[in-house]
Amino acid sequence: MTDVQGYDDTSGTDAAGTSRRRFLTYLMAAPTLAVAVQYGLLDGVADAVVPTQPQQAENFDLGDFLILAGKPTEDQLIVIEVDKAGKVHCALPREEVGQGITTAVAMLIAEEMDVPLANVTVTLAPGRPELMYNQLTGGSNTMRSVYAPTRTAAAATKARLLAAGAQRTGVPISRLQLRAGLVVGEGHSIPIGDLTQAAASPTLAMGAVEVKDPSAFTLVGRPQNRKDARAMVTGQLKYTNDLEPVPGLLRAMVRRPPTINGTVKAIVNEAAIKKMPGVRALAIIPTGVAVLADTFGQALDAKEALEVTWNAGTVDAEDNASILDTLKAVNAPLGPALGDAVEGEFDFAFVNHAPMETNTAIADIKATGGTVWAGMKSPIVAAQFIEDDLGLPRGSVTAVVTQGGGSFGRRLFFDGALEAARISKAVGKPVKLMWTRVDDMRHGRARAASHHLVRATLAGGDVVRFEHHVASVETDFRHGLGEIMTANGAAFGDPALIPISAGGAATFSQSVFGSTIKSPYNFGPTTQMLNEANLPMHTGSFRSVYSANTRGAEEIIVDEIAKALGKDPVAFRIEYAKDPRYAAVIKKCGELGAWGTKLPSGFAQGFGFHAEYKSCTACLVEIDARDPKKPRVTKAAIVGDYGLPINPRGLESQLLGGLTDAISTTLRAGLHIDKGLALEGSYSQFHFARQKDAPREVKIHIMPATTGEPGGAGELGLPSAVGAVANAYARATGTKPRRFPIIFPVDFTPFTKGTGSTRVQPR
Amino acid sequence: MPKYSFTLNGKTVQVDAPGDLSVLWALRDKLGVTGPKYGCGINVCKACTSHLNGKAFNPCVTDLRDVAGKDVTTIEGLAKGDQLHPVQEAWLEQDVAQCGFCQPGQIMAAVALLKRTSNPTDEDIDAIENVCRCGSYFRIREAIKAAAAKMATPVAGPAAGGPSVPDVAPGQLPATGPGVATAAAGAAALAAAAATRLLRDADETEA
Ligand code: FES
Ligand code: FES
Repeated sequence: MTDVQGYDDTSGTDAAGTSRRRFLTYLMAAPTLAVAVQYGLLDGVADAVVPTQPQQAENFDLGDFLILAGKPTEDQLIVIEVDKAGKVHCALPREEVGQGITTAVAMLIAEEMDVPLANVTVTLAPGRPELMYNQLTGGSNTMRSVYAPTRTAAAATKARLLAAGAQRTGVPISRLQLRAGLVVGEGHSIPIGDLTQAAASPTLAMGAVEVKDPSAFTLVGRPQNRKDARAMVTGQLKYTNDLEPVPGLLRAMVRRPPTINGTVKAIVNEAAIKKMPGVRALAIIPTGVAVLADTFGQALDAKEALEVTWNAGTVDAEDNASILDTLKAVNAPLGPALGDAVEGEFDFAFVNHAPMETNTAIADIKATGGTVWAGMKSPIVAAQFIEDDLGLPRGSVTAVVTQGGGSFGRRLFFDGALEAARISKAVGKPVKLMWTRVDDMRHGRARAASHHLVRATLAGGDVVRFEHHVASVETDFRHGLGEIMTANGAAFGDPALIPISAGGAATFSQSVFGSTIKSPYNFGPTTQMLNEANLPMHTGSFRSVYSANTRGAEEIIVDEIAKALGKDPVAFRIEYAKDPRYAAVIKKCGELGAWGTKLPSGFAQGFGFHAEYKSCTACLVEIDARDPKKPRVTKAAIVGDYGLPINPRGLESQLLGGLTDAISTTLRAGLHIDKGLALEGSYSQFHFARQKDAPREVKIHIMPATTGEPGGAGELGLPSAVGAVANAYARATGTKPRRFPIIFPVDFTPFTKGTGSTRVQPR
Repeated sequence: MPKYSFTLNGKTVQVDAPGDLSVLWALRDKLGVTGPKYGCGINVCKACTSHLNGKAFNPCVTDLRDVAGKDVTTIEGLAKGDQLHPVQEAWLEQDVAQCGFCQPGQIMAAVALLKRTSNPTDEDIDAIENVCRCGSYFRIREAIKAAAAKMATPVAGPAAGGPSVPDVAPGQLPATGPGVATAAAGAAALAAAAATRLLRDADETEA
């Protein structure tokens, strides 16, 4: 915290007269009241919400690790400001890409401070290097990691306002209350905006800071629509490409190689390109040839007209078949079966993240440093990486975090910001960079292809052993998470804490795998391991990281086990669930979706369940697969248990998103790698679901609070829905789905490699 | 450089640019109108969907010269000041938007659909091709149905036929010209505004 003005170290006294609270209030230099607190010192709060010691592997997950890594800076994480108009503001050091976290955090603040939600604004903080490992948006961890710090900072802010009210009125703090943005009591009613100056005094005599008991929540836990929705539906919300933060931004596009990681040999027609309308400059950068023009339309035309010769890329000989061979070769085989077994070998294709907003960034780099603007989930690492790449001193690049048009894991990487910074430096001008959709699909990142060997051993009508060996193309975690693990490796290096596959130290990927993949069922001794093939391609965590494929495949096997044992799949899951919470969610979902409804031939129901990050979800779908080549999910029922739900409406949105991802990636959406490049280049080729593929009936139920703290949310809906969709398809068609997406022909004419964005006429 | 002139959200604008510049980039990079989004540039994702003479069109594959003299409406021109279009209201009530990036296009597509058919069937809604990568489809469906119901509610009252009162938010282009009714200011009920909207839509379709 660079602008700390002073701080308070205060003892409070509760109603019973015992001194029991002690906390630090940092006051920020501002014309407003700005408060951060070291909430870890608050009695009764730290222990309740932050695991200070790693527990057994079952309970210590990736989110816990991230919270632990963030502990040294958690006192600076949330800063709450109150201005003279009584408006409350918080710049959240996380990235909003559609999860609704700014709304959820505003709810927490409004709840604790007893101010109207409309008076609370949550924006996105730029990269704050002092937060070190505590500014990474991923692992479904935002609400888990900010829940306690936000509430405590809000409670401390409220305590200051009440103390200022007491000072002003002479009424004891204990007889004042904050209600709807007013300090009230004994006939007084003072808007909080009138008290900010007094409340910001370092010498203010403070009362106790208490966070509410969740049972007293009146806002948190109730459905709330998004606060930023109006800006979205009126076209006023500004994404990166809509910003003009500095004048004279040239539009930049990059002509990219015909294979992944190819490099420029030479530009053939530079002079001709420079004469094209609106074209201002060209620059060779590590990823291709940058074209700068007045408009993106002109940059695009020039990029397409470029003639470039290329050096080879890094995977020019690879295609889906060769990659699958590699995965099979690196996967550890299952040992001999000991008795009756239910087995499956599964393959999942690469999947592009395909957020609606393609990779977009603005950069203004001068000789001594500069600024980048982009939707970034790891802005601290982004800025540092750019500084190193451009030979600029540490701290010289500011990373401004903008709201992103979707992510699904994609914006953990800052390759757009890096590329924009390189171009800006090369041409000495501020630039706005946008990737075409074709490039975003072919040269962007993808969920790694994976191969799975799953076996359940049965004996005496029971499951006595469960094994799952996963082989995956290596997932790239060098976006900050890897750095956090390196720096905080003690917890992750402990094999007692994170079980890893045989053979030495865990890779980052194996650590992530070990801390996210758990079986929710009592299937006896259970082995789940990850083996990796290191192919130099652009991969990255996709929503649910390993769980969508790994747990999705397991949910298919679970149905097959139930069948082998002559049991109903839903009853079977309830019987074997490790936790009563799981059983309750499975049961509720079966009821919500009317499990067991008799359907005509070609139609079927399917069920799936998943638990992760201290939350769990169940999904039941109905599918129409009368034409097995054109299946449609017609109905869905989903139930989620998120521990302590903050905003059920937002959780429903996330479940709806997970369902759509599952329908897409299970049935029709994947990438065909062909001679070192994906064939798919747009949504007409990468078959992400559209309205015609989405169910016409969806019921979603969020369980009331089952624990005292929020579990993970954003990624929870996908794996259970993968299981449900695949199982429904299996039952409707009488097949055993093993390769995903199930329907995966090259049913299009690929764009010419190396170009491919030429405008075509409307169909 | 040639100059092209057209009506944008009720106001005449001029653009100095080559005639084959796509309307999407003329809007975004020349006119600073950023509601229509780029998602593919080839008429596949529909994120840029706007209206040309009252009908849905895709600016990414429309040349600037082809809109000369015509009437372009983007998401920014849908509301009248603070008075949202019933489709926008339905979008808020159903809490449709996640990342929001596709939603200007989704809304413009839905408005165009409701102009063609006031009571769309599920099949009509299925035919909307706009991609929502966040997967908000079910809420989009619900919102379209809710908007259809809103817009079908018969309304009496002064607003629909009342005097035109400019009601324009700062930074927004005022709606002008024949056939463009403005939302009634002040006490106008939501339903009355919906009727106003219908009137306006009908006029636009004729234009
Ligand atoms: S950008 Fe116009 S249809 Fe995709
Ligand atoms: S809301 Fe994100 S793409 Fe539709």
